[in-house]
Amino acid sequence: MKKVLLTVLALVFITGIGNVTAASRDYISIVGSSTVYPFATVVAEKFGKSTSYKTPKIESTGSGGGHKLFGAGVGVQHPDITNSSRRIKKSELEKNMQNGVKEVVEVKIGYDGIVIANSKKAPIFKLTRKDVFMALAANVPNPDGSETFVANPYKTWKDVNPSLPNIAIEVLGPPPTSGTRDAFVEMAMEGGGKKFEMISALEKSDGKKYTEICHTIREDGAYIEAGENDNLIVQKLDANANALGIFGFSFLDQNTDKLQGSFVDDVQPTFDAIADGSYPVSRPLFFYVKKAHVDQIPGIREFLAEFTSEQAWGDEGYLTDKGLIPMPAAERKKYKDAVKNLVPLKLSDL
Amino acid sequence: MSKRDTSRTMNIVRKGMGRRYRAEKRFKRIGLVAIIFSLSCLATLFISIIGNGHTAFLQTVVKMDIYLDPAEFDPESLNRADYQGTIKKALRTMFPQVTSRGDKKKLYAMISTGATFQLMDVIKQTPDLIGTTISLWVPADDDVDMFMKGYIRRDVEETDRRLNDLQISWIDALAHDGRIKKRFNTTFFTSGDSREPELAGIWGATCGSFYTLLITLLLSFPVGVAAAVYLEEFAPKNRFTDLIEVNINNLAAVPSIVFGLLGLAVFLNLFGLPRSSPLVGGLVLTLMTLPTIIIASRAALKSVPPSVREAALSVGASKTQMVSHHVLPLALPGMLTGTIIGMAQALGETAPLLMIGMVAFIVDIPGGLQDPSTVLPVQIFLWADSPERAFLEKTSAAIMVLLAFLVTMNAVAVFLRKKFERRW
Repeated sequence: MKKVLLTVLALVFITGIGNVTAASRDYISIVGSSTVYPFATVVAEKFGKSTSYKTPKIESTGSGGGHKLFGAGVGVQHPDITNSSRRIKKSELEKNMQNGVKEVVEVKIGYDGIVIANSKKAPIFKLTRKDVFMALAANVPNPDGSETFVANPYKTWKDVNPSLPNIAIEVLGPPPTSGTRDAFVEMAMEGGGKKFEMISALEKSDGKKYTEICHTIREDGAYIEAGENDNLIVQKLDANANALGIFGFSFLDQNTDKLQGSFVDDVQPTFDAIADGSYPVSRPLFFYVKKAHVDQIPGIREFLAEFTSEQAWGDEGYLTDKGLIPMPAAERKKYKDAVKNLVPLKLSDL
Repeated sequence: MSKRDTSRTMNIVRKGMGRRYRAEKRFKRIGLVAIIFSLSCLATLFISIIGNGHTAFLQTVVKMDIYLDPAEFDPESLNRADYQGTIKKALRTMFPQVTSRGDKKKLYAMISTGATFQLMDVIKQTPDLIGTTISLWVPADDDVDMFMKGYIRRDVEETDRRLNDLQISWIDALAHDGRIKKRFNTTFFTSGDSREPELAGIWGATCGSFYTLLITLLLSFPVGVAAAVYLEEFAPKNRFTDLIEVNINNLAAVPSIVFGLLGLAVFLNLFGLPRSSPLVGGLVLTLMTLPTIIIASRAALKSVPPSVREAALSVGASKTQMVSHHVLPLALPGMLTGTIIGMAQALGETAPLLMIGMVAFIVDIPGGLQDPSTVLPVQIFLWADSPERAFLEKTSAAIMVLLAFLVTMNAVAVFLRKKFERRW
């Protein structure tokens, strides 16, 4: 009995560890953004089912975490592709090069809209980016007109803008670890903050303070961090008609019977409005490929071909059905060529 | 005491009896309320999960008559045939009145993309079917499934629905012809993860859980039992062994994600084991369940009476013989119970597996210990994050399956304990 147990144990360890040094990965390893995750997984599944290659493994680590894992080095233990809901930072690319990841190909896959939605049981909100800034920033310009900043005193939407309803400000949104939050503060809050002369002057004079004013969200209870699970925000909005939620367009699209997207700067968040750029709160989505891995791991070229095919990211593609907003045709062609020729990203491009 | 003193004492006691009885009744009632409250919480949990998830065990399928054109299908190169086009053509034949491009797109969206792969499998299995018209029950799209189960309602405004009135009229036509029905969802139990809710299943996660728990059991049981036997029987009672004991007890209280970080640093970075494999998952979970098994085994060993040990020694057995022939077999039921409870805990763990990469979208069923895989609680976590409405019921159904496993394991532990318990 004991002998059997010992031999089984030995066998397990030998098969487990002994093979590792010789093992070379035969599936593609992808990490990165939780926003790009729903789109990358669809392509991966289709790729796995329609070719003889194994289905790529995709982890949702967040854009920042993805870049860290991706840039750690070249080799089978490091991922091949990282998804990102923001462009790679110059510092990240430099670090990648230091670690041996010299050639990285950047591919934009489309756009994603960020919506501010509430329950259909409540009246629809018509917001401007200035309203959003005034309602959510931690520090706002003093309402009495003096050129100073005060802690946000506004309690209801009516305080912010007399045309908005007299409901307490209650917004459920992503936490600071989320790429959606980064994109939201950059586009909506910064866009709204710039409407104040005082703040746009600050952009040139004191860049650090400008970022601090625009990117810091209030912590006195009006903005509630609802975690990375957008489904939870949808459920909470259904239960609380006075709250607003901030999440990606695909979640609004799947729940049109319960939720409605607020107008931002007089544009309603519809597919067409985001696609032609009139809806102001939309951001591009990317993925980055290690050129060094392309011929080492089987299937990368074919996977890239599938992702950049018209069936996938085109106007009528299956990614569009999942809520991705496609790029204009000229842009699609540009990135398809970049992928075909594996044109690496240069530091000067950033 | 004099008679007067005793009767005065008796009076005081009698007066206090009423208060005492009331206090006892109050205490019993509080206990009853506590039990009822906890049972009702449990009942609420089960009712909400079963209420949300029981519909996931049924799947909507549509009967399609598909003509397999020999010009399209060449037995030599079945991989290149246009299955998508054939199914689209079959749909157009079923609904010849649909002409506009927008309406045709809506028509094609009613059938799941999995139908093309099902058709491919059927033709590959029996290539003689080429040239005939076959009748196939294919899975419907998840929106149609949601409508058939009542989650998408007719009385909601058309613009707020995922299905428009035209699509609902087609579903009614299919129902009239008996071409649409709900049947038991075997896909849920036989396929791996998918982005399409109607094609998603828990088999991949179950296999991953199985391999991970296998490694955990094979490693933690022998090591845990050996450690407990040594600490209990052979170790000298000094400060060093006290330190070890304190550390083991502390390890049982360490948050599980710390083991994940350890796994990342040591198993992945130092040893270079494959990321996301059940091997690494099993190693991490072993570290986690080891303290539980050691503590339970020690308790079991302590419960064997010293008379048995001394009797064995007195008839001439050596210490090792006494432990392995007498003490260990008697303590084994308790050790088994502890192991099963430890395994049940390991089955439900997600946090430590996050750091080693097992929280990932993996479609292929793992074939061995080194293939990337995910486990059942992680699958539930990933589905809970998906926007499609149909994943809501699938998440609840997967929770039901996981709970069923856990309840079974704990029930077996209780049964074993009751059966083999020996009262000295």
